[in-house]
Amino acid sequence: MNRIFVSVLAACGVLASHSAAAADADLQALREEIAQMKKSYEQRIDALEKRLVDTEKQAVTTRATAETAASQAQAAQATSMASRAPAAANAFNPEISLILSGMYNNTSQDPRQDPTGAAGRERRIQGLLPSGGEFNPEARSWSLGESELAISANIDPHFRGTFLASISPANEVSIEEAHIQTLGLGNGLGIKAGRFFSGIGYANEQHPHAWDFSDASLPYQAYFGSQLGYDGVQVKWLAPTDLFLEFGAEFGRALSFPANDVERNKNGLMSGSLFAHVGDDVGVANSWRAGASWFATKPHGRSYDDIDTTNTSPTGLVTNSFSGKSNTTVLDFVWKWAPEGNATERNFKFQSEWFRRHESGKLTYDVDGVGAPGGPLTGNFSSTQTGFYAQGVWQFMRDWRVGYRYDQLASADTSVGLIGRGTLVAADLPILRDYTPKRNTAMVDWSPSEFSRIRLQYARDQTRPGVTDDQVWVHYIMSLGAHGAHKF
Amino acid sequence: MKRAFLVLLVLAAMPAAAALKVFATVPEWGALAQEIGGDQVQVFTATTALQDPHRIDAKPSLIARARSADLLIATGAELEIGWLPVVQRESGNSRIQSGQAGYFEAARHVAMLDIPARLDRADGDVHAGGNPHIQTDPRNFLKVGEALAQRMKELDPVNAAGYDSRWRAFAERWRANLLRWEKVAAPLKGVAVITQHKAWTYMLDWLGMREVGTLEPKPGVEPTVAHLSQVRQQAANSHPRMVIRAAYNSARPAEWLSAEAKLPIVVLPFTVGGTPEAKDLTAMFDDTVARLLVPLK
Repeated sequence: MNRIFVSVLAACGVLASHSAAAADADLQALREEIAQMKKSYEQRIDALEKRLVDTEKQAVTTRATAETAASQAQAAQATSMASRAPAAANAFNPEISLILSGMYNNTSQDPRQDPTGAAGRERRIQGLLPSGGEFNPEARSWSLGESELAISANIDPHFRGTFLASISPANEVSIEEAHIQTLGLGNGLGIKAGRFFSGIGYANEQHPHAWDFSDASLPYQAYFGSQLGYDGVQVKWLAPTDLFLEFGAEFGRALSFPANDVERNKNGLMSGSLFAHVGDDVGVANSWRAGASWFATKPHGRSYDDIDTTNTSPTGLVTNSFSGKSNTTVLDFVWKWAPEGNATERNFKFQSEWFRRHESGKLTYDVDGVGAPGGPLTGNFSSTQTGFYAQGVWQFMRDWRVGYRYDQLASADTSVGLIGRGTLVAADLPILRDYTPKRNTAMVDWSPSEFSRIRLQYARDQTRPGVTDDQVWVHYIMSLGAHGAHKF
Repeated sequence: MKRAFLVLLVLAAMPAAAALKVFATVPEWGALAQEIGGDQVQVFTATTALQDPHRIDAKPSLIARARSADLLIATGAELEIGWLPVVQRESGNSRIQSGQAGYFEAARHVAMLDIPARLDRADGDVHAGGNPHIQTDPRNFLKVGEALAQRMKELDPVNAAGYDSRWRAFAERWRANLLRWEKVAAPLKGVAVITQHKAWTYMLDWLGMREVGTLEPKPGVEPTVAHLSQVRQQAANSHPRMVIRAAYNSARPAEWLSAEAKLPIVVLPFTVGGTPEAKDLTAMFDDTVARLLVPLK
């Protein structure tokens, strides 16, 4: 601007230096000169102004770009933070969880006495060969349940490993599960090897802490000594259909009654089972699963103690044993309902299983030869027995459930060769005396979170002739550590 | 014999030509996969908006569907920890196991909020990875969708162009929607609310709203009378404008507080299908914003 002013002044000076009598032509030339100068300056100013505007624009763009870049960097950082895994070596630690359980029991009968009346022995279900399993409650008053320590993790992209040890209140450690399972076979195939709970039935695979009642149902106690485990191999195949259709086979050393593989020394597959499960949803609120399973084993010299009716044995007991074939069939059915399929508030679960066991072979009476008839005596033996349980558990409001279970074993259809041909009388085998064991159980439990549960259970147990045992439990089951994922 | 063999060969080759089978744990990812996949995908959604995605059984029907899935889309951040691991293992499907290309976790692709400073179950149902309810902020769909489209292209390279173009079209629409929602929701900025479950952290962050109380005393813990009274007390001081709950939450705690503190209840869809209006992803946020604005009128 100053420059214009100066040039205008100069122009005025030029004008003034001319004589007033200067010619009009001169004046005209001067005017033109000034106009030209003005034009040239205006052009230069315009150019400068344009450059200024351009620079400003550029600055704004640069700033915007910078901002965008910064926000992108921030976003990238945030994303990387989101997906960042802890870098420490212990990030590979497996999932570890611990189940704590404890109870108070009140029973009207001595839980430790069996029908033989021999002190210190656990009670047994009347009417069938004893399974030797655990029958809770095992003690009155306060007692600790089993503490279960579970460790599991993916080993690599191909295998997953699971280890579950249980520590009994008597300070004994037992390995309940220790198996590897395949992850990468595909085509619906899955193989498990090691120690595992058999996939037969419905409740067999569940751990005690997942049971809806504090003890196993009567058929499981009678036919599998609570739960059937294997040291062996399980192969499962899931059909590629929208309907859930699963088939499985297992072979190996069966760890509990009715097998006695644990004591045996032989090559081969030992025991085996086959099972099939089918399941689906009905609408959004209902889902179900049904199954059929078959377990076969060949126990050899599977022994049990019974009362010596001849009163000649120094201990008052005789030991008998069974060798032969044992087949068990299980049919299972589970139905779950929840309004809109949302089980958080209210839900109902119905569960029932039916069992049929057939055993045939030889029964040896008094294997040690301590009784009066001068054993051991061996004869044919065959027995067929069925049993079932049915239970319903209703969550009537958040955290609160009530449940009722009925279980019963039918009286066995048994034929004992030794009795048939008159070598023994029925009274010599008192545990096999005909009986229909049954039990009614009711419970209410409270689970303030997914990790804790406190249960009050009442059972009216009629598993021994002439005796009704009223059992009351107060039982807590809590889990800490890794969040478990439970099966259906 | 030759013909029979040929027929078998054709049958065996058919699944490769068929649609990409997607197993989505929750409706929002099912809907997103459908937007990106169009008719090249067949989407199965494991849960509905009326179910608590944290408390689902590993139902036989879910295992059967997971068996044939090519892509499993989960939220992650431990949302499905109580059931999804069982479904994966029991499915006998190697493609959808964690770590494989067929396993996609949405929470890995967004910036997580509420990451706990300490992990203690005494604090309730806390998640080590942060709050898993990322779908309440529509901006997260751009990040998740981009990664998901990429994954779908990898799994189904033959149809890559289709995934690409559908995703770009969706993202463009979504950006326009975002501008629209943010404009409409501008009055919500700074508004104080009480929530039932800590499920809305991302949405409140998006809209600049403030959470001044939660009906659950701790995440995942049933509201108690004592705690509700306390929340009511807080409500008196912090002047919230509404109580927010998801469609699947129990109605009672919010109703109690609503009656006591004279606060309107706002039931939000939370995911696709949570309200009759929330028929797809766009409608879900249209409805969310519309419902949030009602108490301000």
